[in-house]
Amino acid sequence: MQRNPQLNANGELQHLLSIEGLPRELLLQILDTAESFVGVTEREVKKVPLLRGKSVFNLFFEPSTRTRTTFEIAAKRLSADVINLNIALSSQSKGESLLDTVANLSAMHADIFVVRHNSSGAPFLIARHVKPHEHVVNAGDGRHAHPTQGLLDLFTIRHYKKDFTRLTVAIVGDVLHSRVARSLIHGLTTLGAPEVRVIGPQTLLPAGVESLGVRVFHDMRSGLKDCDVVVMLRLQNERMRGALLPSAQEFFKNYGLTLDKLSVAKPEAIVMHPGPMNRGVEIDSSVADGPHSVILPQVTFGIAVRMAVMSIVAGN
Amino acid sequence: MKLPEAEKLCEQLAAELKPHVGPKSAMVGLYTGGVWLAERLHKLLGMKTPLGLMDIAFYRDDYAARGLHHDPKRTKIPFDVNGAELLLVDDVLYSGRTVRAAMNELFDYGRPASIRLVVLADRGGRQLPICAQHCGAKVAVPDGMRLRLKRIADGALRLELEDAA
Repeated sequence: MQRNPQLNANGELQHLLSIEGLPRELLLQILDTAESFVGVTEREVKKVPLLRGKSVFNLFFEPSTRTRTTFEIAAKRLSADVINLNIALSSQSKGESLLDTVANLSAMHADIFVVRHNSSGAPFLIARHVKPHEHVVNAGDGRHAHPTQGLLDLFTIRHYKKDFTRLTVAIVGDVLHSRVARSLIHGLTTLGAPEVRVIGPQTLLPAGVESLGVRVFHDMRSGLKDCDVVVMLRLQNERMRGALLPSAQEFFKNYGLTLDKLSVAKPEAIVMHPGPMNRGVEIDSSVADGPHSVILPQVTFGIAVRMAVMSIVAGN
Repeated sequence: MKLPEAEKLCEQLAAELKPHVGPKSAMVGLYTGGVWLAERLHKLLGMKTPLGLMDIAFYRDDYAARGLHHDPKRTKIPFDVNGAELLLVDDVLYSGRTVRAAMNELFDYGRPASIRLVVLADRGGRQLPICAQHCGAKVAVPDGMRLRLKRIADGALRLELEDAA
């Protein structure tokens, strides 16, 4: 059997490329470590010396504000030096290949590459070519995976609901284009969530999504019934090719989360969204800013989770 | 080889610490054994300031060689470190590296007025210029062995030797 490309010979996390295939113990190690880092981020000096002298290169081949910023903050709180490269504006536009770019940065003594790329699999390609002491963290590749977002979603769910083994979780909207959904589904099933649902129009659900172990709903009210956790996805206009939807208004009418639709979920249900939100498209402001929303805590937890991931991979 | 009785050392330490506990005193225990000892001492001394708990995983000096400790606990310092007279509590003092890391972490919370180190047992072998102001007992530990504090079923504390490997 081929070894999981994320793990070293001792089964430790060398790169974080995808939640898929990571054992339960490793996911729990990341979540537990993040829990300790939440303590660090709440004190006056929000820094620990773990990655002092290490260099983290943020390689963003696709625009991102929140993810890039939270990775930058996380690396700085670990005392690493951070270099942000906005590749769209640099050498790649002059024709340099992905691996040449990475080889050049490696020659500048990088320790961690945080990679966001619009092609699925790009971080895997980089991980196969880096030196043994270098680590790759996937910050989102195409439609494939966004493991740190999945992990911070898991962290948020555990924070509010404590235990995965009794939860019903609904993931709503544009699952087809969502790398967040895929990462979260793998994480939830690995950690023992008994019922994961996806809700959306046929055109925005990937063919054969049931094979991931989820229940499929096309109607919001039946899908949201008695849910503990509702994860709204962003309608990804920039990834849409062709006419998958009549209109944003039509989508909101059927699948936009309103207080009325949410009322069939459990009264203490939490509502999450990976951001950036399209208010009035997939989520109504009354929900986004309402008592069920944990959307902003998700962002805060994202820093602790990324600190955990970087400090674990860089130590292995 | 006979090891000193942890329970007795604990009471002995509490008696020794009594004159050093004042209104500005606060206590911090280091996970895991140091927290058990600190919980005991904190109660015996009737200290008013809540007990601080510290895991030095993020301040260790062997991260580059050994990576991150697998199950770090969350450090909780529920008082203002600035100006506090701290009693830093650990179970066994050996190389001194844990204490170095703990002091670095404490200073990220503030500037204490003073720190006194309290340990149940000192097994020698210091690699850093650190010594305990309050030490229950000096214990000679054979090469290749480790001295550890254990908490047994009824909550009693006991010193034990185990293979270092």
